[in-house]
Amino acid sequence: MTTLSTRNLVIDIPERAAGTALDLTIAPGQIWGVLGPNGAGKTTLLHTLAGLRAPRLGNVLLDGEALRGQRRKRVARALAVVFQERQDGFPATVLETVLIGRHPYLAPWDMETADDVTIARRALARMELDGLESRLVSTLSGGERQRVAIATALAQTPDLWLADEPTNHLDLRHQVAVMDLLRHEADAGCGIFLCLHDINLAARWCDHLLLLYPDGEACWGPTDRMLVPEALERLYRQPLARAEVDGAQVFVPAGAGTPQPARPEPHGRHRS
Amino acid sequence: MSAADGGVSPTAAPSAGIGVGRLIPPLLVLLVIALASVLIAVAIGSVHIPPAELWAVFTGDGSPLHRTLVLELRAPRALAAFAVGGLLAVAGALMQVLLRNPLADPYVLGLSGGAAVGALASMLLGMGAAVVSGSAFIGALLSTVLVFGLAHGTGSWTPTRLLLTGVVVAAGWGAVITFMLAVGPTEQLPGMLYWLMGDLTYARTPWVAFAVLLGTCLLVLPLGRSLNVLARGPLQAAALGVPVRALEWSIYIGASLITAVAVTTAGSIGFVGLVVPHMLRLVLGNDQRLILPAAALAGGALLALADTLARTMIAPEQLPVGVITALLGVPTFLYLLYRSR
Repeated sequence: MTTLSTRNLVIDIPERAAGTALDLTIAPGQIWGVLGPNGAGKTTLLHTLAGLRAPRLGNVLLDGEALRGQRRKRVARALAVVFQERQDGFPATVLETVLIGRHPYLAPWDMETADDVTIARRALARMELDGLESRLVSTLSGGERQRVAIATALAQTPDLWLADEPTNHLDLRHQVAVMDLLRHEADAGCGIFLCLHDINLAARWCDHLLLLYPDGEACWGPTDRMLVPEALERLYRQPLARAEVDGAQVFVPAGAGTPQPARPEPHGRHRS
Repeated sequence: MSAADGGVSPTAAPSAGIGVGRLIPPLLVLLVIALASVLIAVAIGSVHIPPAELWAVFTGDGSPLHRTLVLELRAPRALAAFAVGGLLAVAGALMQVLLRNPLADPYVLGLSGGAAVGALASMLLGMGAAVVSGSAFIGALLSTVLVFGLAHGTGSWTPTRLLLTGVVVAAGWGAVITFMLAVGPTEQLPGMLYWLMGDLTYARTPWVAFAVLLGTCLLVLPLGRSLNVLARGPLQAAALGVPVRALEWSIYIGASLITAVAVTTAGSIGFVGLVVPHMLRLVLGNDQRLILPAAALAGGALLALADTLARTMIAPEQLPVGVITALLGVPTFLYLLYRSR
């Protein structure tokens, strides 16, 4: 059980006013979602919480102790980060990639043990990647790579998850599978902190939300209190329509938004 | 679901196993090749020494001529070639991980250019071999510091910035070298050219390079897994508990120092540092715990054999060994690359 909290935290984004200082507590069992438009600083916040970036002001605390100055290896046993961007400069297999999640638990001379391999294989199975373990990561699809990254974090057996757009590139079924997995991790006592683009995923799976505005202003609280259409419309500068499906709130863009010049639709679009 | 996803047959990686057991067989094979290459280097030459006679020399018998030939001339040179090849290959493997760029080689940071300018300048001044070696070493370190300082600039360095600075500084050294060759007296030119293409003729004491190679292997082996993590990018590595800055600095300084030792021993021998790690990756995968010791053995074997060819092909004349490493390495590398996925 590990708690990540911030005290008067101002993330360091060049040429931006300080905005709201953040006093958050990500307690075991909670799933926090960060919503905000492009460039609002979601990723910077996530990296700051992970101790990978210095804040402009304030502190990040891991179990009440300042994160900076703690041994990275110790931090890595408690806290896993799923990055939005990954470097696969050199070829590596899926199993090798997931096994690096065991790095914080191994001494310099240690080789991975059978237990480590078991943990990695179990992580692969939970991401439905078993059978791909000897494939090179570079030969996988974007969604499969995303699942490899999540499996790597799973193999790290963390108490805290910081995940930047964990549902990127995933098809609907795997989006749900990943969010369910995170819910499961939270129920098992993990604290979860996610950057998300999809309000509806956030509404359905997060119990706390942080709205991050481009000017550095922020507000946070339990999900049901944060899902106010006016606040979300101001956040995304986009009119929204709200509906209720099976008792849950669903938000969709309303109206035409900004009118675009008409353009012929090409046949057979590339998937992004 | 993998079958449904692509329909392409799964491409298996070269090494799927895990554990120390996976590292032993390829390293044993390379060790045998390495020993064989040194034995061949000792046996072959202007005077051929049959295996029985070689054995006699090593056990303390044999004719005085053979003893001198083997113990005082060929063995030191073969061991020096082996050590230099090993150092260059390990330095190359380290630089490629550090810069996360497969084109990086031990010389990418302008190091060989700095060494060459130092060496050629002292040759022009008519200095002896010891001074030439010393100024090569100083030139190499000077260039390293220069490149790193410039790449660091006012902010922090990125692999791309370091690489670009190194390439540009190397081009600058290249111009200085050409200038010195142009103005140098004709009788000095062959010596200078040989130094530039790598020459083991004056490598009489292999022990410095050999000790450095052994020490390097012992130091970098425990870092292997951290390097594997670093290859996934500095942020991911930091998130997994790797002290990224400290590790990058040590690799940078370490790889520069061992390259300087190699260049000082044998001049600038190209190709080994770039190609040996890649050949090994194509065959063995990219676990640094395997690639680093494998690079030491394979780089050493390649250079020991190349040097044997260099001194026997047009005997009694000698070829610069750099020519041979390229002539052997280019087709092998292209073949492996062509065969790979």
